[in-house]
Amino acid sequence: MNYRGIIAIYRFEMARMWRTLGQSIASPVISTCLYFVVFGSALGSRIDKVEGIEYGTFIVPGLVMLTVLTQCISNASFGIYFPKFTGTIYEVLSAPISAFEIVLGYVGAAASKAIIIGSIILATASFFVELKIAHPFYMMAFLILTTFTFSMFGFLIGIWADGFEKLQIVPLLVITPLTFLGGAFYSIKMLPPFWYKVSLVNPMVYLISGFRWSFYETADVPVGISLIGITLVLTVTLSIIYWIFKTGYKLKP
Amino acid sequence: METVLSVESVNKIYSGGFQALENINLSINKGEIFALLGPNGAGKTTLIGAICGLVNLTSGKIIIDGFDHQRDFRSARSKIGLVPQELTTDAFERVIDTVAFSQGLFGLKKDIEYVDKLLKDFSLFDKRNNKLMTLSGGMKRRVMIAKALAHKPEILFLDEPTAGVDVQLRESMWEQIHCLKERGVTIILTTHYIEEAEKMADRIGIINKGKIVQVDEKKSLIKRLGQKTIQIAYDGSLEGQALQDLQSIPNLKLDGQLINYEYQSTSAVEEVPKLFKVLVDHKIPFSEVESKEKSLQDIFVDLVRE
Repeated sequence: MNYRGIIAIYRFEMARMWRTLGQSIASPVISTCLYFVVFGSALGSRIDKVEGIEYGTFIVPGLVMLTVLTQCISNASFGIYFPKFTGTIYEVLSAPISAFEIVLGYVGAAASKAIIIGSIILATASFFVELKIAHPFYMMAFLILTTFTFSMFGFLIGIWADGFEKLQIVPLLVITPLTFLGGAFYSIKMLPPFWYKVSLVNPMVYLISGFRWSFYETADVPVGISLIGITLVLTVTLSIIYWIFKTGYKLKP
Repeated sequence: METVLSVESVNKIYSGGFQALENINLSINKGEIFALLGPNGAGKTTLIGAICGLVNLTSGKIIIDGFDHQRDFRSARSKIGLVPQELTTDAFERVIDTVAFSQGLFGLKKDIEYVDKLLKDFSLFDKRNNKLMTLSGGMKRRVMIAKALAHKPEILFLDEPTAGVDVQLRESMWEQIHCLKERGVTIILTTHYIEEAEKMADRIGIINKGKIVQVDEKKSLIKRLGQKTIQIAYDGSLEGQALQDLQSIPNLKLDGQLINYEYQSTSAVEEVPKLFKVLVDHKIPFSEVESKEKSLQDIFVDLVRE
């Protein structure tokens, strides 16, 4: 195992986060604060409790998920797309480092950044609302599983993309709408029966529900199903990445 | 001589059906400078990519210092340093960081002393904290060589190392490449500058349309395929038997007061005396004799044309 190689890629990726500190950390924090001002303070004060929880407090896990998912995908996809775009990928591909180790370096860094940002958002949220975490272990487990899964998904997008616009398509047109409709700002139990059933095919529902359960012990779907769902997506993304490195799809002619 | 790299029956057909490499067989000796010469699109970069793991082979086998480049990819790749043709650098990274990154990527502990030494060797030490985007093209090229050497490879691939580089820098790079050779590094360079191959290489391989058409020691390639010309300036006029005898010699042309005679360097011992015998027998007064050797460039053009 080329541990130093993994660390080199990891540090290289993390260095970009520190280089672009404003863009990496300040912008998600500012946008989260804006959500709290709008949905928490301005509108939230006029909204009833949801599942017995103050609205401002209720949206915290959804907000964290929304930012974490977006960050995972944008960081991981950019991380692998940029060396492909500039050509510096040659060095990684010609180094004595396996596909698994390469993925671990890039995905590990993207997931770490997302976890750091998620934690910062939680800390920011605690200034606006009274926050309690019922199951900190499960909260971290959900966060880590989700960040790794979606960083891998982002990594796949980065390999597939052949232009900067393609990097944006999936986060903008798929992830953000699904997260908004996946109960980030409401409980899907509040929906009419038909739309409740439709929502159950949205994978984000399971992520957000499981994550929210770790905070407030209230869930839209059983926690076990949430965990199975994330593991399933993780397995699928891992299998696709394995196939990509085996065949060299979009990496090696 | 010890073989450090062997390429056996390598074929590469791209997905569109284009065959970039056709049955390539090549052995590289330890410690030599090998120049792979070929026109644009001949397959030079594809061959290097195949050896370094950047291109999937359609068939064939590559052994690097005893290690199969796919099965034992870790051992095989750790022996190799690659400087690609394009100047590909991460614009926002510092010089010192990018060289140290290469060390880590190849599984080595960060060795700043060695990184500093490399930067000094390539006259980049005073730029070590500069971002790559602030460097000139020539400096970036040197950074890429330093990166390729960061893990102390035994074989260094230089793909068009002096493309787009000014004359002064090119000469300094040739010096640096010779220094590396003296340190025992095997160097494989691709180039379409014949002068570069002629000046640098111990052996030359000529590749065209995906096939290796010649591999030989530089000197023997020039000797074997090189044509020589003797130009003799004579006084007076040629007539009668003297003219007939001269005209009977194949590949001899008369041009005013000049006799131009072309011959293969391998057959010089038999051919040249015949000409001089005619000159002496007929007492043709000649004042100047000039001998010209066909350059590598002429040989290359002939081979590629074939």
